[in-house]
Amino acid sequence: MAVTSTDSPTPGGRADLLRACRDAAIAGLVTLGMMLPLIGFRTVQNINNELVLETRPGLLLTMILIVVAGSLVISLVIRPWRQRKAAAHVAGESVQRAHVRATIAKYLTPFAIGFVLVYPILSIVFAGWQGSVKWVDNFGIQVLIYVMLGWGLNIVVGLAGLLDLGYVAFYAVGAYSYALLAKEFGLSFWILLPLAGCLSAFWGILLGFPVLRLRGDYLAIVTLAFGEIIRLVLINWVSFTNGYAGISGIPRPTFFGIPFNANDDGFAAVFGLEFTPMYRTLFLYYVIVGLALLTAFVTLRLRKLPVGRAWEALREDEIACRSLGVNTTNTKLTAFAMGAMFAGFAGSFFAARQGFISPESFTFMESAMIVAIVVLGGMGSMIGVAIAAVAMIGGTEIMRDMDFLKQIFGNSFDPTQYRMLLFGLAMVLIMIWKPRGLISTREPSTFLKERKTVAASFVKEGRG
Amino acid sequence: MSSDAILRVEHLTMRFGGLVAVHDLSFTAKKGEITALIGPNGAGKTTVFNCITGFYKPSEGRVALRHGDSAQWDQLESLTASSLRSRMHGDGALFLLERMPDYLVTQKARVARTFQNIRLFRGMTVLENLLVAQHNSLMVASGFTLFGVLGLPNYARAEHAAVDKAAMWLEKINLTDRADDPAGDLPYGAQRRLEIARAMCTDPVLLCLDEPAAGLNPRESAELNDLLLSIKNEIKTSVLLIEHDMSVVMQISDHVIVLDYGTKISDGTRDQVRNDPKVIAAYLGVDEDEVAKAEAEVGL
Ligand SMILES: Nc1ncnc2c1ncn2[C@@H]1O[C@H](COP(=O)(O)OP(=O)(O)OP(=O)(O)O)[C@@H](O)[C@H]1O
Ligand SMILES: [Mg+2]
Repeated sequence: MAVTSTDSPTPGGRADLLRACRDAAIAGLVTLGMMLPLIGFRTVQNINNELVLETRPGLLLTMILIVVAGSLVISLVIRPWRQRKAAAHVAGESVQRAHVRATIAKYLTPFAIGFVLVYPILSIVFAGWQGSVKWVDNFGIQVLIYVMLGWGLNIVVGLAGLLDLGYVAFYAVGAYSYALLAKEFGLSFWILLPLAGCLSAFWGILLGFPVLRLRGDYLAIVTLAFGEIIRLVLINWVSFTNGYAGISGIPRPTFFGIPFNANDDGFAAVFGLEFTPMYRTLFLYYVIVGLALLTAFVTLRLRKLPVGRAWEALREDEIACRSLGVNTTNTKLTAFAMGAMFAGFAGSFFAARQGFISPESFTFMESAMIVAIVVLGGMGSMIGVAIAAVAMIGGTEIMRDMDFLKQIFGNSFDPTQYRMLLFGLAMVLIMIWKPRGLISTREPSTFLKERKTVAASFVKEGRG
Repeated sequence: MSSDAILRVEHLTMRFGGLVAVHDLSFTAKKGEITALIGPNGAGKTTVFNCITGFYKPSEGRVALRHGDSAQWDQLESLTASSLRSRMHGDGALFLLERMPDYLVTQKARVARTFQNIRLFRGMTVLENLLVAQHNSLMVASGFTLFGVLGLPNYARAEHAAVDKAAMWLEKINLTDRADDPAGDLPYGAQRRLEIARAMCTDPVLLCLDEPAAGLNPRESAELNDLLLSIKNEIKTSVLLIEHDMSVVMQISDHVIVLDYGTKISDGTRDQVRNDPKVIAAYLGVDEDEVAKAEAEVGL
């Protein structure tokens, strides 16, 4: 009786093979149908300026073979491998992996903060004073602005579970608040920073009121519209915002009153240093580091306070929240206000750093980018959001100068043009591999005996 | 007669469009008692709960609750005539629940509830579930977040007390070992008990339970009886209970109200209700005459 099961090829195996071949054949046929008109034929001009039809059977065949091979690999290699992995997962192998992951998580935060602090020094050492401007400014500051925006939106989407697609509106409010107030009244950066935060928070509450009753997709649509409204107002209220032309000549931040310029009362002269624009960049870098750390600190604190717990409870079950006496209106409004406030900080920093702002900087694409960072990072996880911001913003920035790709794809290849394509591809891959984001587990806010992370499958996703 | 009532429901009617889910229902729940609300499926029991706890606004009728001594009821008519939701009087107060939004019913009037289909915060730990229930007192202690962010010690003390209270309830419902596990990971019976403990953490004077024994096995059901009796006897919280499981209703309730098609068909002690032909008819789905005939045949 035992013989039958060992000797003959298992019927399951043969069926799998047959199915794999059938799938591959179908995929090949579909490719043929689709690619035949697209790749199979081409019109070219001959010497007499006439159009002639050229057939390209070789290229077509290559395409089809690639698809067939891919399909076979998926059904014969990847799928069984995933099934085996799933089986092993059930068997409890994951406990050890969870332990390793916890250890990494423990040391990751101090390491990351340390690295962020010494990063400019490292870049000066490796790239020199001239070369490091790009690394600190375009890369470091840019990434940190998005880390901060991601963390701010994380309060609204990740913790409170309210999907906000118009987050960039608050970023814009912060930026324009700083720009207009600094130009009109000559107030300093450090006064305007909290003021811009308050104004943004106010607008957050203003948006919060009408959308209190909305959930999920409806909430997303209304917040998206809100973002567009703010942008359109910025474009059309020309007398106030200068419309498309934007606002230029925004006062740059000073080092507690000492400007960063080449004059005698400038930063370099006062401290007896040789003038270089790098000092301002360094100063701005450490300001945004400070702001981002403030965001992280406040968010972590809030998570352990009743408001933070109420946000998460709201994400989990709003009706149960109300049955426990939680005022869900206030809870939602504080989430919107907190998120908007951090966007306002980031916005006024952005305006101070650029010296020029226009509505172009606050398009829906920016909101989408920030939401993508939060989703990819794993909603609710601060480390995940930071990693996602580094990967997405840093990744796209790095792709701007990947000239080595020219050597592979030929000189006509312009890597910057493929930035968005690669970016989209990476996002699709991550969503297949980790549909709930890079770090999808949840850290409990407190514990009785032992801190255990909550598995992703229990945690609700922020869908409003 | 109903002066020892804690809750008075009077002429409550709830319509959903053309459907009358509850029709002209009046009953009282006495202080310190377990009052059971029973009836066949779709009788309108959950709707009554939703009206009491502010989730629905009743089409008609009055739902009044008192804190403190029974002299509070003297205020009822004058409070109803005013446009107020509640009135403090001496060391008690009177609340008109139908005028209050759902969260205030819990926060101010101290009526807590559970749900027929369990509503826990599944992604939060068991302990966190019990802490969310103490939101309002912790919110005050954290100076509405301000002191909390600054990390002042009096918030830390309040949080400590809240955790202690949660631990006390975990002990009571036998879930101390699972305190740090996600609530969604608990077995069904434990989830039911946790939901009751969570409601109790809001310090209610009236606890409304919507079918707490649904889906429990006989042993769990017996444990539930003990838990409810201890809530009644030790913590002295009045309980309003919707239940299908007659072994629960008949063992622990002091007073039973029977609903059918949104109207009250019987009201009395468990023995009175048990022998009421109308109730038997409603539950068996036959006419009263037939019940009487059948009873005569078996010699009841
Ligand atoms: N929000 C609503 N909208 C419309 N009809 C409703 C609503 N809530 C309840 N009903 C209707 O009211 C009637 C009573 O429902 P209810 O849920 O109160 O019954 P129940 O006694 O709790 O029944 P069960 O024992 O099945 O829980 C039902 O016919 C139901 O369909
Ligand atoms: Mg019901």
